[in-house]
Amino acid sequence: MSARRRKIVSRVFETLCGMAVLIALIPLALILFYVVKEGAGALNLAFFTQMPKPVGEEGGGMANAIVGTLILIGLAALFAVPVGCICGIHLSEYPRSKFSSAVRFAADVMNGVPSIVIGIFAYGLAVLPVKRFSAIAGGFALGLLMIPIVIRTTEELLRLVPPGLREGALALGASRSRAVFGVIIPAALPGILTGILVALARVAGETAPLLFTSFNNRFWSTNLGQPIASLTVQVFTYAISPYDDWHRQAWAGAFLLVMMILALSIIARLAVRRLERMNRP
Amino acid sequence: MISVRDFDFYYGDAKVLHGVSIDIPDRQVTALIGPSGCGKSTFIRSINRMNDIIPEARAEGTIAIDGKDVYAPGTDVVSLRRRVGMVFQKSNPFPKSIFENVAYGLRIGGMRNKRQLEATVERSLTRAALWDEVKDRLQESAMALSGGQQQRLCIARALAVDPEILLMDEPASALDPIATSKIEELIYELKDNYSIVIVTHNMQQAARVSDRTAFFMLGKLIEYGDTRQIFMNPKEKMTEDYVTGRFG
Amino acid sequence: MKRGDDRGFRLATGAVAGLVLLIVAGIAFELTRQSWLSIGKFGLSFWTTKVWDPVSGEFGALPFIWGTLYSSVLALALATPIALGIAIFITELSPRWLRQPLSYLTELLAAIPSIVYGLWGIFVLVPIVRKIEIALGAKPALGVGMMAAALILAIMVIPFTSSVAREILKNVPSTQREAAYALGSTRWEAIKVAMSYGKSGIFGAVMLGFGRALGETMAVTMVIGNSPRVSLSLYAPQYTMAAVIANEFTEAADELYLHALIEIGLLLFIITIIINGLSRLLIWRMKNV
Repeated sequence: MSARRRKIVSRVFETLCGMAVLIALIPLALILFYVVKEGAGALNLAFFTQMPKPVGEEGGGMANAIVGTLILIGLAALFAVPVGCICGIHLSEYPRSKFSSAVRFAADVMNGVPSIVIGIFAYGLAVLPVKRFSAIAGGFALGLLMIPIVIRTTEELLRLVPPGLREGALALGASRSRAVFGVIIPAALPGILTGILVALARVAGETAPLLFTSFNNRFWSTNLGQPIASLTVQVFTYAISPYDDWHRQAWAGAFLLVMMILALSIIARLAVRRLERMNRP
Repeated sequence: MISVRDFDFYYGDAKVLHGVSIDIPDRQVTALIGPSGCGKSTFIRSINRMNDIIPEARAEGTIAIDGKDVYAPGTDVVSLRRRVGMVFQKSNPFPKSIFENVAYGLRIGGMRNKRQLEATVERSLTRAALWDEVKDRLQESAMALSGGQQQRLCIARALAVDPEILLMDEPASALDPIATSKIEELIYELKDNYSIVIVTHNMQQAARVSDRTAFFMLGKLIEYGDTRQIFMNPKEKMTEDYVTGRFG
Repeated sequence: MKRGDDRGFRLATGAVAGLVLLIVAGIAFELTRQSWLSIGKFGLSFWTTKVWDPVSGEFGALPFIWGTLYSSVLALALATPIALGIAIFITELSPRWLRQPLSYLTELLAAIPSIVYGLWGIFVLVPIVRKIEIALGAKPALGVGMMAAALILAIMVIPFTSSVAREILKNVPSTQREAAYALGSTRWEAIKVAMSYGKSGIFGAVMLGFGRALGETMAVTMVIGNSPRVSLSLYAPQYTMAAVIANEFTEAADELYLHALIEIGLLLFIITIIINGLSRLLIWRMKNV
């Protein structure tokens, strides 16, 4: 093949790669466009303050679902943050032990398990024994999904702390726990918090595992032992229903979800920057 | 023959080569020496326009090979690099078989005939003094070779596309003394058929291996001449200071 | 005192870390325990039976396995070239200032929750697909079905494969490309050299996307039609493992039904572990070569 033809071939493939980028951006644009167009328009005060109306009646809102989602991710964090952080601490302090390798592998496995399978596990542990759907079961399922993310970000961030810091603390006679909690974690705190916020944003959007753990609730409930509504399950229920008004509200719910996730990511980024500025002398 | 006239080179706003003018003859070994950062690597990479890859790089002046300026607009850089081969400081074989490494340049050039490929690969490996060591294991991975062998493989790979000029940027600096002397022997044999320009920070190597030597400092060509003359009887004081080891 | 402190620290944090091991073992155990009735009753024929009839108590998982594999393979075929094209563009071709914004935009695709994809799928994608099916002469042209599912899965998989492939390409030493250029390669030929260097990692990235597609639940169930069937037809409504669990779990009237569903979950668990494990192995090998 002559040099000229090879160069033409090169140009063609380079262009195809550029087109790939455009092709991927099209659905992104379409999704965001429709979510904003249908969702923002459907948001009104009632959406935030009212309960769902009975089937067939127009109007109503998702107040219970919004609160439900917040409660669920709060429960998830309660469960996942201590477990995930402490596990991450162990992995970063003893990175080469066989035990740590096994734990890391297990966390990777957990990360790859489809969320619906995690839901089945949570069902078996938290729903079956008490024969009742509950917010706690839902929070448990979401917490399980969060754990591997928190582990990974905590470990990575603790590893990034300059080794001089750890050696300095230990050389001054500090015990491991003193060195870790007193010096290393504060240094890595901004990053760890970001990791938690990012994990929260991810599980806030989960639906499948909630379908048979926290189930759903048409009424206002903050009782942790009872089924609870959530934005995601509510959007699902409305979306597959035959009612136009419910479809409208589903879009509103989707819009709110996307906004929530965006807000969490932005807060995470800002928090990191502010805390980093504080830590710098 | 490579004729360089008033060649300037910039990385962004920093000028790293100043008005270099030099005539590099055919079928000889020309060594470029000088302290770290003097621009000799930048200069040699300008000859085959490898510096084009660096985003903020800019050249002024001419480098003419057999009369044609390689920096003239519309120059076919792909063809240029087939005529001017390059061997790097750290050997960089592809993670493929020994055969496929040498055959790479041939394949992208369109050679498909199996017998032709095998013959050319054998010839290149022989020229690079590697054939005897690898002839029974051509399908093995190139990564299994020793450092010195890998570098000779890279030389074979460069020779396979039949260049006129071979540029070598400190080809032996990462090798042990035995491997180094093998490379130096090879250079001595190759100069019958190729024009070789070699950058080296090892003055003894330059003295051993080259016919002409050019001394660079701070981006300028200070002195250029017969190797014996540069080392025994340098005209410039800076050259004398450098070759006698007064600064490194 | 310090020694005891250090040991205590290691044991305490280790105990919590051990919880993770316990959880994974627990998942495997629970899934097996809770599907025991079905495993016992149907044995291996569960995986080869086409019939899924809750009323008569006959359960066969073949249609769901088929639907999952078919939709995921189709999605992979669509997503992989685009994802790799994006990775190549961002690492090799794009001007420096464009890199961050483009990576951010592709990450955005990954951040959109599955349910939002599903909602968009029902109300925007399915009508479009129906128009396409009508134009292609399909009868009946429902819009929901394998085509819609493959498309939406492909979109969801793209950012995963792309971001890992990008990392792999970034880690290919520049000396490889230099060697290619010095031999007179064109841009594309040098890119091929880089891709070849990273090929096991890139394969791992593709596997990762596959694993993602296998486990996707909500978006798929909202556009695939949820009708168990083993069919090559792109227009026919079909069903996946994750979708049937999502839809029928709370409807399962008797224990056998529930256990059959959970057995499907067990299979999904095993398949995704294998695929993800393979993918991590390939990527890890790439980084440590």
